[in-house]
Amino acid sequence: MSTTETKVPPKHTKKETVPEKTEDTTPAFEKSFVDQIVNQFSDDIEIEYIKENRTKLKVKKEKIVDVAKFIKDNTPFDHAESVTGVDFPDDKEIGVTYHLGSYTDPDYSKQVLALATRAPREETPNPGNDSTKLPSLRNMFYSVEFHEREIFEMLGVYFDGHPDNRRLLLPEDWADLPPLRKDFKNKGR
Amino acid sequence: MTEVIPTKQMPPGLQVENVDDRIMTLNVGPQHPGSGHMRIIVKIDGDYIVDADPDPGYVHRGEEKMAESRNYITNIPHLERPVIHDSCNILYPYVLGVEDLVGIEVPERAKYVRVIAAELNRCIYIQYWLAIYGIFLGHSTMFMWPAGDRELFIDLMEKITGARVTHAYFIPGGVRNDIPANFEDVCLRQVNYFEKRIKEYADIFYDNPILKARTEDAGVLSREDAIRLGTTGSVLRASGVDYDVRIKEPYDVYDELDVHTNVLKEGDSYARSKVPWLDMLESCNIIRQALEKMPKSGSIRTKLKPNPKGGIDEVYRRVETGRGAAGCHIISREKPEPYRLKLSVGSFRNLIALPYLLKGEKLGNMPAVYWSLNYWPVEADR
Repeated sequence: MSTTETKVPPKHTKKETVPEKTEDTTPAFEKSFVDQIVNQFSDDIEIEYIKENRTKLKVKKEKIVDVAKFIKDNTPFDHAESVTGVDFPDDKEIGVTYHLGSYTDPDYSKQVLALATRAPREETPNPGNDSTKLPSLRNMFYSVEFHEREIFEMLGVYFDGHPDNRRLLLPEDWADLPPLRKDFKNKGR
Repeated sequence: MTEVIPTKQMPPGLQVENVDDRIMTLNVGPQHPGSGHMRIIVKIDGDYIVDADPDPGYVHRGEEKMAESRNYITNIPHLERPVIHDSCNILYPYVLGVEDLVGIEVPERAKYVRVIAAELNRCIYIQYWLAIYGIFLGHSTMFMWPAGDRELFIDLMEKITGARVTHAYFIPGGVRNDIPANFEDVCLRQVNYFEKRIKEYADIFYDNPILKARTEDAGVLSREDAIRLGTTGSVLRASGVDYDVRIKEPYDVYDELDVHTNVLKEGDSYARSKVPWLDMLESCNIIRQALEKMPKSGSIRTKLKPNPKGGIDEVYRRVETGRGAAGCHIISREKPEPYRLKLSVGSFRNLIALPYLLKGEKLGNMPAVYWSLNYWPVEADR
């Protein structure tokens, strides 16, 4: 934190995203723990990007629980700080991205590991009773509990194994489409 | 308690509730249990809470949905609405994220102005929160003092931005306008007085034996649980975890300033109410350093192109707000609007701890525990 020497790693602004030479510019520290995970699940996992302090892995939904368990047991990532649900109507899929962070290991305190998976999307959703389902990660990362409840009501992704799949923010009698789907239109827009 | 068997299968999202004569269900809220609409469904056995179920959503405004149909600039005023008292900090991750997406550099002076505005805003928020904590515990003086002292910084923000709250001051590329000519002197004077003033809170509030008797050992959150539940900000730091985004992942010029975290080990309501107060003292230090190091002249804004677009990209940036870390996840698809914008805010993340803390507490301790979570209902609902 001192003022003069050691500008500790450049905050990820534009500087390091401009050179796009993959091999040489891939940050070594990030690559080391990503490789550890990828080597374990070589077929079912795909690296979307490795940037300074930010990494993203795409995982098949059948394997997401195993991957999360492996990460919880073998890496310092100990909590999920954000879960994003995204509607991709063109791919007929709904994506869910878990952002994992670490409080316990100071070396990892800058790192955010994103685990992304996709669930099938139905044209006429019937939340909870259609094929839009994903396994819940609540047993591994407890902090996803409310985030997953929010995604269930906002996008209609039912999380198998979640103990409390109730609505959180929406009214109990909400009977419209899940509102964060792209086909739910804002009035006047 | 006999299990009620539903006659037909319940649709997902609804559940059957079993009724027990011994247990009484209380609805606390949704008409302002403290500040902001929020309901806590509390089940009590005599005087003891056996179950608590937070029910947010009464101030849900669909910020994330709204963001998908507005461009990166017109998103600014509505994204600060979840916490108007802390509007600079809640905008911060969004603005940093858009800068990453669009690829612009921020002038040095603008970075310092942002840090000063963010720290002033943090104090304004914490004072408001503290005032309500005071009134929650029946301590009227602690409502009056912070509510009055925060006017000092509101005046400063009004000088900078022209608005008392809802500043919409940060924009991608810098800040909206420069600080007025003699601002440094006025700011320094106000900050010094403010610091002297909030130190007096110790005498009347934090060292007060009645407050201590009410809040110590109420709602203890252990270090392990704080990590496991993914809590953040003052809740986390009151449980002995040294984590502050300003230090661990410094943004703008926080790495050039001497910032300290305040960590307490107890994890009870008293510690959780004390950490934000210590944070305010720290904010005063940061503001003084930033005023000293700030370049005295220079650009405060890099001009954006009209209708800025990101590529096919995504970005996740986080900052420390008054309530803890706030993350902004923006997914861009070569459009002037974000494809998806997710705000992961401290209030929402800390809410998960509420049922754990309330179980086994006396009902009378509920306000002390609930508001010590540094929870802002409107922010949690977004």
